[in-house]
Amino acid sequence: MAFLVVLLTLALIALVILVVVAPLRRERHSEQAKDGVDLASASHQPRRAMAVSRIADLEAAREAKYREIRDAELDFRTGKLSREDYELIDADLRAEAIAILNDIEAGN
Amino acid sequence: MAGLGFACLVLALVVCVYGIGASLYGVRSGRPEYSESGRRSVYALAGVLSVAMLVLEIAFLGNDFAFNTVADTSSRTTPELYRAAAVWSSQEGSLLLWAWLMSLWSSLALFLTRRRLRDVAAYATAILLGFGGFFVALMVFYANPFATTHPAPPEGVGLDPLLRFPTMMIHPPMLYSGYTLCTIPFAFGMGALLARRVDADWIKAIRRFAFAAWLFLGIGILLGALWSYSELGWGGYWGWDAVENASLMPWLTGTAFLHSLMIQEKRGMLKVWNVSLVLATGTLAIMGTFLVRSGILDSIHAFGGHTLGVPFVCLIALMITGSIYLVVSRREMLRSEHRLDSLLSRESIFLANNLVLVGLCFVILWGTYFPLISEALTGQEASVGPPWFDRYTVPLALILVLLSGIGPVIAWRRATFANARRNFLAPLACGLLALAGLEIAGVTQKPLALVMFCFAAFVFGSVGQEFFRGTRARRAMASEPLPLALLSLVRRNRRRYGGYIVHIGIAVLFVGVAASSSFQHASQLSLRPGQSTRVGAYEIRYVRPTVTITPRYDEAHTGSTVSFGGLLDVTKNGHHVATLNPSEGFYASEEASQGSVGSLIGGQPVSHVAMDASLTRNVWTAIEPDIETPSLKRIITAGNNTLPPSEALVAIAYLARAYLQHPPPTQFNFLVSPLVFWIWIGGLIAGGGGLIAMWPAGGWAAYLVRRRVAVRSRARALRGLARA
Repeated sequence: MAFLVVLLTLALIALVILVVVAPLRRERHSEQAKDGVDLASASHQPRRAMAVSRIADLEAAREAKYREIRDAELDFRTGKLSREDYELIDADLRAEAIAILNDIEAGN
Repeated sequence: MAGLGFACLVLALVVCVYGIGASLYGVRSGRPEYSESGRRSVYALAGVLSVAMLVLEIAFLGNDFAFNTVADTSSRTTPELYRAAAVWSSQEGSLLLWAWLMSLWSSLALFLTRRRLRDVAAYATAILLGFGGFFVALMVFYANPFATTHPAPPEGVGLDPLLRFPTMMIHPPMLYSGYTLCTIPFAFGMGALLARRVDADWIKAIRRFAFAAWLFLGIGILLGALWSYSELGWGGYWGWDAVENASLMPWLTGTAFLHSLMIQEKRGMLKVWNVSLVLATGTLAIMGTFLVRSGILDSIHAFGGHTLGVPFVCLIALMITGSIYLVVSRREMLRSEHRLDSLLSRESIFLANNLVLVGLCFVILWGTYFPLISEALTGQEASVGPPWFDRYTVPLALILVLLSGIGPVIAWRRATFANARRNFLAPLACGLLALAGLEIAGVTQKPLALVMFCFAAFVFGSVGQEFFRGTRARRAMASEPLPLALLSLVRRNRRRYGGYIVHIGIAVLFVGVAASSSFQHASQLSLRPGQSTRVGAYEIRYVRPTVTITPRYDEAHTGSTVSFGGLLDVTKNGHHVATLNPSEGFYASEEASQGSVGSLIGGQPVSHVAMDASLTRNVWTAIEPDIETPSLKRIITAGNNTLPPSEALVAIAYLARAYLQHPPPTQFNFLVSPLVFWIWIGGLIAGGGGLIAMWPAGGWAAYLVRRRVAVRSRARALRGLARA
């Protein structure tokens, strides 16, 4: 029984190490496959990551804006907004959405 | 196998420490492979703790009393299902459950965000592993669930009789899921502040987890209330016990967050408020966990554990100071993008709702912790009871219900007075109709309850109007038949209409609470067989005593040696309503000094209530049989003096016969409470509404796999947005 416990423990440790270290081994292999270190690419990585983050934020804002447009329409159709207020709000929301789309396009 | 379990804990601790380091190194140095390795550490933690959990479950199910936790909380006579759940009835086992659930939910959250929020997720990973490491360290150094004793005792103590109740099996997993899910938004909130990315994306990522935390906490709280009502002998479902309050507080702040995050999503406002709510919710969840494990409480909920108080205080202090520091230092980037357009808007109502919810939380926090702090400082026991809590929470609850009716009928951004007047007509009429009806029915003695009923009717009116108008609009747009239009309406607007259903559920729940607490008839008295009493509109007659003797190894029963009870006949206006049989179970104790017979029934007696429940009222009874009469004590003494332990049950049989033949006057507790059932129904409705609100648009499969739906091209999107 003690031998089984030790065996199971060692197997678990090995599995954990395999799972946890896999990304590091992948990265080492890909670095070894390149001819030298691509300094230009390495220096662009933080900026690229920031750009990706910015796009993600804008995409989340875009989805929220689309939801707002639908909510405003539903508010109008269920009588919570007058037509005048709805048209004003809808125009504002669509302009804001277009601005977000423009920002996404610029980021891409 | 205990060795394997403990090895899992040590391995888990190592994984946590490594993962924290890898995640922080990865995000600070721009090495994504290290952040990825950190994320995989969370998966590994979940896997390792799953093995640990399995080892402990096998020990319980296999009656391995070498494990101290098994010997202390289980026995061969404990039914198998309760044995499986007994894993988390001890301090050690519940710590393992907490850590395991946290690792599972963290794994899910990090899996779903594996392609986004890279920097935020890396910090969140470190924080989640920090929590995991904390709980694992508690087990490794203070409360080891795999501690053993050799030689193993032949039998265990058995599960606490109070916990032998079906809802008690799932109450802890539900509640702990709620607590652990609260750490996900906390971690991502801290991560967003650390990474200085406090815009829309992190809110979107954690919204469903905040919802899930709210849902599981709510289920856990409701199950706890149901257990209290159905199992404990006091007849109530909420006693403002410190541990009950500890679970309610993060639920309240979580509810506030779910409302105010909509304002941040739409208007870019309340960023400081939202991140503070998220951090407060996570901190309150840990504080709730601290309360039951610090040893400062003497409660059925508490695990004791004086040694765990200090580590928890350190963790909570770190969470509070870290949260305050980050919010203050990042306040510039948390500025609101817009201002409130109008006081007459849904945003304003949500703000008011937030203030009420946080106010409720503050009141409960004060009432819960002030006595503990006062006692710690002065050495004198202080207490704050239900009347104090009711004085402040009832008015706030009334305002909350009213606001939940106002919110649905007000537009986002701005509403006009003319529109508001028109939209409030029907809900107001419902409220006034309810008032008139209750006046006619003579239900006016309790003004606060009356106000609650009217406000609830207002909510039903406003939400009903929303469903009606929305369905009508849908039919006009899509020419769908009524049932399909209603389904389409809800399916296409899950957040809104799911939220409306939650409001209905909460209103129903509060109607049940108001009715059952304000119009309850109670009676405590002593009866002899044949005697009757009147409780409200019901006549209750004590027919005869009952006794059930449970052979020691009968696994079908609650585990008591003997139960003494009484058969009751309940009638109303001469018509039979129900037959009830409340009893009190007497359990074996470990005290050999009580004698061979005395020790069979010398353990903590447990009341088994009996009730007749219906949609309109509950008739609830509990009994306190007197087995200390001189004649019954003589039997016990004689048995102690003459019978060995192996034959002591013979004396129990004599005791039972004597009780049946010459039953002493018996103390009964009767309660007739209206509408208790609607508390549970209201909770179910609210839970169902919550599920609808958090259901992803494309279904869970698409959400989990994150199939990328083809995004419309920019030109098409712009054409759709621009007005012709």
